[in-house]
Formats: sequence, structure tokens, C-alpha cells
Amino acid sequence: MITSLKTALHDIHQALNGRFITYAGYEMPVQYSDGVLQEHKHTRASCGVFDVSHMGQILISPGSGSEEDLTRSLEMLVPSDLFSLPENKQCYSLLTNSSGGVIDDLIITKCKDYFFLVCNASRKSLVFEHLRLRLGEAFKVQLLDNRALFAVQGPLSDRVLTRFSSHLSDMNFLDFKIVQILGTECWVSRSGYTGEDGFEISVENSRAEAWFKEILSCKEIKPVGLGARDSLRLEAGLCLYGNELSETITPVEADLGWVIHKARRVGGSRSGGFLGEEIILRQLNSGASQKRVGLLPIGRAPMRAGCKIFGDKHSSTEIGSISSGGFSPILNKPISMAILDTTFSKPGTKVCVELRGNRLLADVTCLPFVSHNYKSKKGNA
Amino acid sequence: MKYTKEHEWLKMDGVVATVGITNHAAEQLGDLVFVELPNEKRAVSLGEEIVVIESVKAASDIQAPADGTILEVNKNIVEDPNLVNSDPLGAGWFFKMEITDPSILDTMMDEAEYLDFIS
Repeated sequence: MITSLKTALHDIHQALNGRFITYAGYEMPVQYSDGVLQEHKHTRASCGVFDVSHMGQILISPGSGSEEDLTRSLEMLVPSDLFSLPENKQCYSLLTNSSGGVIDDLIITKCKDYFFLVCNASRKSLVFEHLRLRLGEAFKVQLLDNRALFAVQGPLSDRVLTRFSSHLSDMNFLDFKIVQILGTECWVSRSGYTGEDGFEISVENSRAEAWFKEILSCKEIKPVGLGARDSLRLEAGLCLYGNELSETITPVEADLGWVIHKARRVGGSRSGGFLGEEIILRQLNSGASQKRVGLLPIGRAPMRAGCKIFGDKHSSTEIGSISSGGFSPILNKPISMAILDTTFSKPGTKVCVELRGNRLLADVTCLPFVSHNYKSKKGNA
Repeated sequence: MKYTKEHEWLKMDGVVATVGITNHAAEQLGDLVFVELPNEKRAVSLGEEIVVIESVKAASDIQAPADGTILEVNKNIVEDPNLVNSDPLGAGWFFKMEITDPSILDTMMDEAEYLDFIS
């Protein structure tokens, strides 16, 4: 039998009465005593802390090459404008494959003379191998197994973390900073996966437990498991690799055309030059035959991943399927995302979803279901 | 009260059983957000999935604990699925059914056996 991997915080999760599941090979808390519903609501109303140490943290440095060469080489793997990414700034990006699909979605941070990447747990070995193979010998690629990662998410995140450091409040969404907090070097970004204001903080494993306990001592904070992490990201209309993203779904089909930066588009200063450019740029210009959409089921029954979608009650032609679905604690009704035939993707269109042998109506709708609350330069946008 | 390995309880009144899920099951499932009940007068057979219950995270089924006929369903839990979490042995009952062959009850657990089963 294969033993599950554990994060540096496993003992604390146990002490907090976490209920464990195996996710991407890791034994992770899906919820704590309060349960998914309360943890979800608490994050939206106050602040939650998540252990996301299972995710991949990767450093890429020039090694024997130059910084410029590294940036150029990395741009061959993502459709982002990395030359324009300022130091201590992040962007959401996609590692594409040669058929226009997605190997993984990730956050790329431009640091002083290196890049810091955070990728999905389930994809990290693959991502690491892909980067090593494609970037070649000259550059140094490290998959960090000595660091934990927390997400502090919710409208009170700023207030809570300001108690530990005065250097975080002036950060905006997707800013990055290395600061000393509680005697520990912390790699802090103002980002997350809930749609709320919040921070992700990377610390060494040896300091993780002390850090997590310190954060948990704040009265505004509750620990939140992977269950609510998923329902929060679904409400925020964010993609989950394996659901909305895969090796066979293109960025345009996933409605992530905005991830392809202007410089990398047709007519841009460094147009194309990434894996799958031909199909992706063509779809950006003329559209794709399928597209990620939001769906609001008409009734109370949640429509979950895998349910087939049809244009009407009787049609035998499948027009798509649910990619993620569940219940929105904030809207108090079921919500779903789907990859749908573009003909039916206009908001307001009614489609039929097959659920336990019945076809039930759902409305195509705009995403996100719950509006984002990121910290912008103008204040809380 | 009788208990099944599927974490259902049955309270008998003659050949009519009131059926719900145990405290343990309600706790494991987490806060319910959706319940779908069978039609009244429906004939059901042992093990048939007749109730759908869903939490934020997942969907589960409740099986018919015996062959028989559904007499009445608890519409209150459709309106307020959380009743199943707050009072699983009382107001959170699922349905009443007439059991075709009550001898099946002899194969089910009593409370002591059930508590042993879940520990």
C-alpha cells in the first residue's frame, strides 16, 4: 500500500479535529469541526486559514544562463508577457502543450533575478519535469520540498496580518514581498483562490507549525479545509485543474483568453512563440466551438461534475457537460460551471442537464457567482 | 429502534416503519443542502436507492431498508434539509413505509450492536 504524503501541519490538523481525505497523494483536511458550510461562510465574512502546502513551489533561476535568456525561454512555455512583469509582481498563467491544451495553471512571480512558481499539487512532478526538459541544462529548476504554504483569505485578512507585520497593508492584489514575520522569512503574496482579499505565505517547514498556531490564535480566524476551498473557488468562478482545465481544453475554451497577454497575441511585440500557439491564437481571433460558462440550476438539486448537458428535453445531441458543481452557501442555491457548445453559451440561454435520469433546466449565466473582493490600488475594489 | 449497516434507523409501529439516518451518519455527511424523497405509494425493494441527500461537497443515497411501500414522506426536510443535521432521530425523519415481511427486522442491529458497529 502506498503511504500518503503529509504536510508539515498534519499534527495540527489532527489536533483541530480535521477530517482527512487523500488529495493528490496527500492526506489533507477536507474540513474541521465546524464543517464545510460554516467554514465557507466564515471565510467570506471574516477570515480563514488554509494549509495548501501540498501545492508545488518551484524556483527557476538563471544558473549558468542569463536572466534575459531565462525569461525568453520561460515565455516559450507560457502565453504571458514575462518581460513586462515587474519585480515582486505575480501573474496567473498557463503552461500550454503543443496541441493548445493546458499542462497546468500556475502563479508566476518575478523575483529579483529568479522566478517563483506555485502550481497544482496533482501536477507538480509533471510541471517540474516539463520545465526541466524544456528549459534545458543552463537554468536551475528546483521543486521546493522544504517549504509550507498557507492561504489567509477573507475580508479581515489584512487586519489580522497587520498585527504580525506592518509591511503587508500596502500590498495590492498580485504583489509579492519577502518579509520577516515572527522571526521567520516569509514569502508573501496578496493572492488566493477564494475571490476574497487575502494572502498566501510560504515559510520553511520547520517554522510552519509555530506560524500556523500563531495565526490561529487570532479570534477572527478559523481553519478551513479543502471542502470549503473548493466551494469558495466555485463561487468565485475560478478554474480547477482536472475540471475546467486539462490537456485537451484550450485556454480560450476555458474562457481564459485574458491570460494570453497582448504582447503574445497576433500583432503583439512577441506574438506567439509558446506551445500550441497556432490553435490558441486562432481561437482567440475567431472563437472556439466550446466555452466555459456558469450555470444556475432552476431547481434546488445541485448539478455536479460529469452531468451531461442537452439543448432541450428530447434532443439526443450532447452540447457539453458540467465541469464543477455544488451548492453556493452565499447564494443559498446550487451553482455549476460547464464546458458548453459555444452556440448555447450566451447568458440567459436555457439548457437541460441530465441528473439521475431526468433532464432539469439550468440558465447559462455570467461568472463569477459571487463578486471578487481583491485589494486594488484604488482601495478595496 | 432497529439499525442498518447503511446507518439508517427504523422505528416500528405494527408493520409501518419510520425511517431516518443516525446521528453518526448525519455528522459524517455534514450540513445537508438538498434532499430528494421518493413518491408516496411507491413500491420499493431492499437496497434500492430511493432518497438523494447532498451536502455542499457531495451527493449520497439512502437505500430502502426493506421491501415494501412508501406511505408518507417528510416534506419538511425538503424545505429545510438542515433538520436532518439538527434532529436526525426526530424531526429529521425521511419516510414511513409499510414493510412487506417484518421478519427482516430480525437481521438488523439493535442500539448496542449499532454503537459497537460504528466504534
